[in-house]
Amino acid sequence: MLKESTLSPESASYRQVVPAGDYWIKRLEKGETFRIVDLEGNQAADTLFFSADDPAERYSAVDTIRAGGNVYLGLGTKLMSTENNPMLEIVADLVGQHDTIGGACATESNTVRYALEKRTMHACRDSWLLAVAERDEFKLTKRDITHNINFFMNVPVTPDGGLTFADGVSGPGKYVEMRALMDVIVLISNCPQLNNPCNAYNPTPIEVIIWDAV
Amino acid sequence: MTHPAMLYETVIEGGKHWSFTARRGMLLRLTDIEGGANVGMLFYNPANTLERYNAPDTLKCQHTFRLTRGHCLYSDMGRIFCSIVADTVGWHDTVAGNIDKAMVAERWGNKSYQDYKNGWTQNGHDAFMVEGGKYGLGRRDLAANVNWFSKVVPAADGAIGFDPSNSPAGSSVDLRFEMDTLVLLHTCPHPMNPAADYPRNAVMIQLGKADPVAADDYCLNFRPENGRGFQNNEIYHLCGADAGGHSC
Repeated sequence: MLKESTLSPESASYRQVVPAGDYWIKRLEKGETFRIVDLEGNQAADTLFFSADDPAERYSAVDTIRAGGNVYLGLGTKLMSTENNPMLEIVADLVGQHDTIGGACATESNTVRYALEKRTMHACRDSWLLAVAERDEFKLTKRDITHNINFFMNVPVTPDGGLTFADGVSGPGKYVEMRALMDVIVLISNCPQLNNPCNAYNPTPIEVIIWDAV
Repeated sequence: MTHPAMLYETVIEGGKHWSFTARRGMLLRLTDIEGGANVGMLFYNPANTLERYNAPDTLKCQHTFRLTRGHCLYSDMGRIFCSIVADTVGWHDTVAGNIDKAMVAERWGNKSYQDYKNGWTQNGHDAFMVEGGKYGLGRRDLAANVNWFSKVVPAADGAIGFDPSNSPAGSSVDLRFEMDTLVLLHTCPHPMNPAADYPRNAVMIQLGKADPVAADDYCLNFRPENGRGFQNNEIYHLCGADAGGHSC
């Protein structure tokens, strides 16, 4: 189900374009609204959330799937933590469904998926590892990097147990918006993957926009 | 199914937990004695526990939503902890997560140790905390686990359902370890099990020696990705088969 937001970027408290292949990390306060815009379409925003008070509590893909009763994330999905607390809720969405099964690309998984010689290509996990090293005030390490959301990405599964990486269902200017239900740290890798259709083989920028709590 | 020599055998009652370090070349057979069992399992590299089982990589590398014979279970470092060399079930879950104390209490009521002693209603989350704690692991080390013998099916629209008839009595699955692996396991209920009473399904665990990986091995050749995963393991073992990642 699709739903447009009533919020205007002109009234936002924060706006930032994140180029493809870069990371973005920021604390969100409870009640703030957070939008990710797929500026040019078919981009994947690999996103992790952590409780700002206790980063050992963090986004859990499997708990979100089970609590929501659906493998796809969309309007109304509550993003659950490893302690089964709702962290954020998707309150507006122009895409329809987002993936949380496919995980992030890493140089190591690229060797398995494509070729051992692809081990030096840029990957989402490299961006996250640089983020936690450069921004050590968040007190995160590799230990905290787990299963993420791939906003805008399309990974269809079938009743007979199949799974594929398909062409995106997103498009230029489409966005997903969520409200923070607790204080959270957001860590995004704007995916640099060049080996599969998750970015239409052409990684492009995203924009992140934040509005104050109402 | 071949019947390699088993060197150790034990029965873990339902609602319990255990852990051990499986060596490269070891075979682990799980048998669902009565049918309807669940075995929650996590894997770590004992030489560096930051390397852990990665369900998303395991699924996407093999284009699958379910686990069965032929599939390899990957770490986040592109290596294979173990291969599923035999399976009478056909579908094991790794997307629906683990049960915690609040879920057990909500569904079946909490039976405390004080009142029920070892008949208490243990949960999978606490089970992993206890077993992981023995190796210095804590909440930050948890990941999406495997639920052996349990089936969670996605409908065409992505809605998920639990299939209680997935695993008949006597079902078994054989794992062959492709590197030294720390195994955490529990026999607590699957988090979507709709049973009226807290399920207590016992599981037999057998440890033995696996046959060597032949060139025509089913798991090795199941997908081209697995050939590359085995290559990553070979590189890891280049200098001293069991050196645990230490340099030559």
